[in-house]
Amino acid sequence: MAGPISSAKVDYSAAMNLAPVAAGDWLVVAPVLISLVGGAVCLMTRKNTQAQPKLAMIFLALLVAANLGLLVRVLDKGVITMVMGGWLPPFGIAFTADALGATLSLVASIVAFCAGLYGAVTVDGTGRRYGYYPFLVLLMAGVCGAFLTGDIFNLYVWFEVLLIASFGLIILGNDRPQLDGAVKYGVLNLIGTNLFLIGTGMIYGVFGTLNMADIAAKISELDNAASGTLLTIGVLYFLAFAMKAAAFPVNFWLPASYHTPNIVVSAVFAGLLTKVGVYALIRIFVLIMPESRDYMADLIAVVAIATMITGVLGALAQTEVRRVFGYLVIAGIGSMLAGLAVGSNLAISGAIFYAVHSILVMTALYMAAGVMHRMGGSYDMRELGGLYGANPAFAGVFLILAFAVSGLPPFSGFWPKVMLVDAAMSDGRGWLAFAILLSGFLTTLAVGRVWIYAFWRGGPEGTPDGTAVAASGGTISIGSSALWLPIGILTAMIVYFGLQPEVMFDLSARGALGVIEPLGYVRSVFGDAP
Amino acid sequence: MRTLIFRTIAPYLSALMVLYSIFVLLRGHNEPGGGFIGGLIAASALAIFGIACGVAAVRRALKVHPMSLAGFGLFIGTLAGVYSLFTKQPFMTSQWWPVTIFDVEIKLSTPLIFDIGVYFVVVGAIASIALALEERESD
Amino acid sequence: METGLAIVIGLFFAVSVYLMLSKQLVRMLLGIAILGNSVNMSIFLNGRLTREVPPVIPQGLLVPTEVTANPLPQALVLTAIVISFSFFAFLLVLAFRAYQEVGTDDVNEMRVAEPENDPLPPQGY
Repeated sequence: MAGPISSAKVDYSAAMNLAPVAAGDWLVVAPVLISLVGGAVCLMTRKNTQAQPKLAMIFLALLVAANLGLLVRVLDKGVITMVMGGWLPPFGIAFTADALGATLSLVASIVAFCAGLYGAVTVDGTGRRYGYYPFLVLLMAGVCGAFLTGDIFNLYVWFEVLLIASFGLIILGNDRPQLDGAVKYGVLNLIGTNLFLIGTGMIYGVFGTLNMADIAAKISELDNAASGTLLTIGVLYFLAFAMKAAAFPVNFWLPASYHTPNIVVSAVFAGLLTKVGVYALIRIFVLIMPESRDYMADLIAVVAIATMITGVLGALAQTEVRRVFGYLVIAGIGSMLAGLAVGSNLAISGAIFYAVHSILVMTALYMAAGVMHRMGGSYDMRELGGLYGANPAFAGVFLILAFAVSGLPPFSGFWPKVMLVDAAMSDGRGWLAFAILLSGFLTTLAVGRVWIYAFWRGGPEGTPDGTAVAASGGTISIGSSALWLPIGILTAMIVYFGLQPEVMFDLSARGALGVIEPLGYVRSVFGDAP
Repeated sequence: MRTLIFRTIAPYLSALMVLYSIFVLLRGHNEPGGGFIGGLIAASALAIFGIACGVAAVRRALKVHPMSLAGFGLFIGTLAGVYSLFTKQPFMTSQWWPVTIFDVEIKLSTPLIFDIGVYFVVVGAIASIALALEERESD
Repeated sequence: METGLAIVIGLFFAVSVYLMLSKQLVRMLLGIAILGNSVNMSIFLNGRLTREVPPVIPQGLLVPTEVTANPLPQALVLTAIVISFSFFAFLLVLAFRAYQEVGTDDVNEMRVAEPENDPLPPQGY
């Protein structure tokens, strides 16, 4: 070796961060680390179906704790960044946690915790051997990574991680409808990520960087920030993430696949996956490419309205409860897109609040559908009935969830809708506000019908009214607390956010401000120097 | 595919390929090679063994399920990045421990551990997909 | 050089879109594989092409002595290849299983999850 380089003589400070890192900053990567290690451990102990739920629950509880710690630290100290491998940005991959990412990451991990509990009952030994818990924990690695990363290409990688894990979950059990649904889900999502990748390649071609803060800083210095190339990138990104988020006209994969897997898998998917797409839309279009968003605002508004209306009309046309909820997920995506279309501070806050609400309520609704299936023996509302007589408390919980998803007070769906309608009106888009209200009204009809048919009437179709118990032989003994606890946790959060919305107002306002005014975000990555 | 010649050669060929894959893995730090390529070679070795002698033989030879191998790889790959927590450096900062054995300097490091992790992930994931495909073919 | 590669990428995109519009699942998968390749090439092209100078720093130096090829797109493309490769492998298994179970690879006839004659929901209360 001719003249080996000894590390002592060389000054690396131009390329590397040599300052010691506070242990608290590790919280930025902690959610991803915990889920990766947890997923690996669960994968190795896959055959031990007894110990696995406990192991996974420990890791999921750690994940919630880490996300809580991260959110507290972000609220306390502002945006925090860690660049992998000690390289200086933009050379290293940055993980940047701001209020938006940390909030969504926390809510997502709570939902995963509930799904872990719920899955202990609904996923049998076969499902566990197929890897329900490893895939659930690895899914959280992808979801948290997507929420916390500060690098566009890394965002792509986390999208793929969550997609791989979701493939594993959706074919759990290998039923015929599952394989059918999984093919559509897989193909459409793969095309979506490829579109995302084209846009990312073009971003790199234009800016020579993939760090979000770097791009946000460079794009504001650009003279023609709405030039043809950037608009092309914007449209590609919009199409890619609209596919992920199941917005009209690329929403058809969702109702085709979400009702096929195990009900708890549907619950996780409905809660988390589409919201990651919405998060990416907010991150890209508000933080990085605001000019493209301004230019595309009308297009986004039209897409939002179409998504809301097709979503609720689809929900009204279904008899299968899970498919009704699948269409309601789409309707909710439309409301969030409406916030993105308006783009004001209030509108983005509303969209963030709505995303949190939608994560909670859609998961809880699918979990409730699972309980309905266990009580009534069917997912079809024609064959359900008399559940109110069988369990009035559960009927009350379902009514709360139904009110929340329709956006009726005093539950968590009401406030974000107020914010979105207010923002749309003050932006002069009365028709957008009207569409939000109309979709809320039609949602009330759709879930109200589920409630009346499954709970309120005396018995299933064909039985005389007044029979208190469903005749189809379903088991009523579902006293397992592992079923009730997750639904209880989620419902309690929905009620709490409805009665005490100040917490979410504050969080979502800070989240929105963090992406609309990117200075804090950029400074967190590059230091205080401009 | 189960001709006598192939069945006789396949175990030796597979063993050779696994050995070569380890060579490629360790060589990867400064020269072309590395965990991914090595893992692919090892996985194709298992696939060839499976084609010749049947999937059951491969599973017996592996002792553990391929997905557990992938889990192990993910585990040590992640832990390799965590070590820098104790040196107050960001996640994934490489740590080096050069050792001299018989006048040859061997640079042990966290990237090496990470690469071994990648190797196991690739072997496990690809082998389980390949075995699943071969299993379907026989029935 | 760039123009030539751009034309090739365009051809790849055309082929992949044509294949993806097919009804047969296997053709769609082939289309997706080609789509992945064309996307990778477009990332590669976006990093600008420099010929014949590998991005290797000579021994004993800390920076390269001349303008070299851009290594970052290669790293990105490698990542993307790995991911799309594993996805493709998974989708192949999935398509094969679906073909075995559903008995067709015509996506128009894959209606197990969404039955064709779904009854209308109840009209009254």
